[in-house]
Amino acid sequence: MLKVDSRDPAALPRVLLALLAIALLWPGIRLSELNPGVLLQADNRREMATFLSAFWPPAHEPDFLRLLLDATLQTLAVATAGMTLALLLAIPASLLASRALSLRAASRGGRLGFWSRTLRLPVRALLIFLRSVPEIVWALLFVRAVGLGPTAGVLAIAITYSGMLGKVYAEIFESVDQRPAHALLQAGSSRLSAFFYGILPAAAAELVSYTVYRWECAIRASVVMGFVGAGGLGQQIDLSMRMFAGAEVASMLLTFLLLVWLADQLSRLLRGRLA
Amino acid sequence: MTIRLTGASLRHGQVQALHGIDLQIGAGERVAIIGPSGAGKSSLLQLLGTALAPSTGAVELLDVAPWRLSAGARQRLRARIGLIHQAPPLPPRQRVVTAVLAGRLGQWSTLRGLLNLLHPADVPGVREVLTSLGMAEKIFVQCGQLSGGQLQRVGIARALYQQPQILLADEPVSAMDPVLAEHSLKTLNQHANERGVTLIASLHAVELALAHFPRVIGVREGRIVFDRPASEVSSDMLDGLYANEHLVSPPLPLPALNLQIPRC
Repeated sequence: MLKVDSRDPAALPRVLLALLAIALLWPGIRLSELNPGVLLQADNRREMATFLSAFWPPAHEPDFLRLLLDATLQTLAVATAGMTLALLLAIPASLLASRALSLRAASRGGRLGFWSRTLRLPVRALLIFLRSVPEIVWALLFVRAVGLGPTAGVLAIAITYSGMLGKVYAEIFESVDQRPAHALLQAGSSRLSAFFYGILPAAAAELVSYTVYRWECAIRASVVMGFVGAGGLGQQIDLSMRMFAGAEVASMLLTFLLLVWLADQLSRLLRGRLA
Repeated sequence: MTIRLTGASLRHGQVQALHGIDLQIGAGERVAIIGPSGAGKSSLLQLLGTALAPSTGAVELLDVAPWRLSAGARQRLRARIGLIHQAPPLPPRQRVVTAVLAGRLGQWSTLRGLLNLLHPADVPGVREVLTSLGMAEKIFVQCGQLSGGQLQRVGIARALYQQPQILLADEPVSAMDPVLAEHSLKTLNQHANERGVTLIASLHAVELALAHFPRVIGVREGRIVFDRPASEVSSDMLDGLYANEHLVSPPLPLPALNLQIPRC
């Protein structure tokens, strides 16, 4: 009797969807030539074991720690400078691209007119262009242009991240309650004032959280770009790996962990203050 | 004439909210708009507040036609018209003082508006307006911590602080208890009277409309049914305004005496 009562009409579709997902994923695994068996072959296992056994204890000689500190500071500086430059472009672009500040939409119940949509297209296109090229490619280009060193990393982060930040900011502005800003626009305020009084108070926590998360990503990106010669921790890791200095790699990985944890704490702190 | 509507109608998509409204309101008049739910009271106020353009017909406010102005000139005109929303759209994290000061954003330059965010420019002015509405002690509280009635009073305070020439109010006291509603309407009327402001309020409470406003307009199904001095509004007119042939109260079913004592 219970069997009929407890039957969930959604159960069969869910099972079918799960099977479909697996059927689609399987060719993907074949195409990407993933073969976990390689990890278990005797040669590779020995190689990995020797490399990993060198991880403990992590390197902690004073000279190395000073080098590590310098590299960490350089990585942080690259990420922060890149983010700052990116913000300089992303904030105006997001204000231009966002539909939240359309005067016309405010007096048409949120619907955009033809021109409001058309004039926002070039800004959106610019943001798409900026973020469509991965930062590592920009870094390789800039290493050619300005030579080895952190400058290439800063420029690469600034360009890619301005595209990402601009797009997501514009969408955050559109996702909060639009009525406060519309009410202000209908009382004659300028669009920028309506933004600061009507949209920003509701969007601030989300914006801060996303910006700190992106800063965290910028730290990781600047490490990756170090591998192609943009300085910082990445370059050090690259050197240490080539010399099979597992202990040094371990110290640097621990530093990463610390940096990401710190970024997480900062984000939580700021969100707590703004919520 | 402060306000002149000629054959103004308004469509929201498929719904015809207003049909060919003709209306003239002079400077300093105080008018109440009454009518059943969905009659078009809010749409009429949105038309008067230049929040929406009429689908057909013409709107003339303060001797200019807002929809023939450039966007910039229309914004300057809008700064002279205040609208009190039924549920004031205020960000929950904004402080009351900022929310009230935002009423003057239309008159301030953008730079002044931004500086005002860093430090409130005119705390005494805000306190004065809030005191008249009995909200002075809430001046530095965040809007999210206020009740519906308190929020409505912040909305009223913002519109009063704006010092507009036309003051529109959409159900301004719907979330207040009778005493507060009475007091807030008195404050609004007094403000309008002292400054010669044209005040137009939609109200669902007929007795408040008749008691506080010299002129009463009845709206039904997007049309003006009557437009009379408050003293001439008869109960027959009101019955006609609110008559609802679709709404038949179902007879209350007798409670079925069918007790089920749960066995535990």
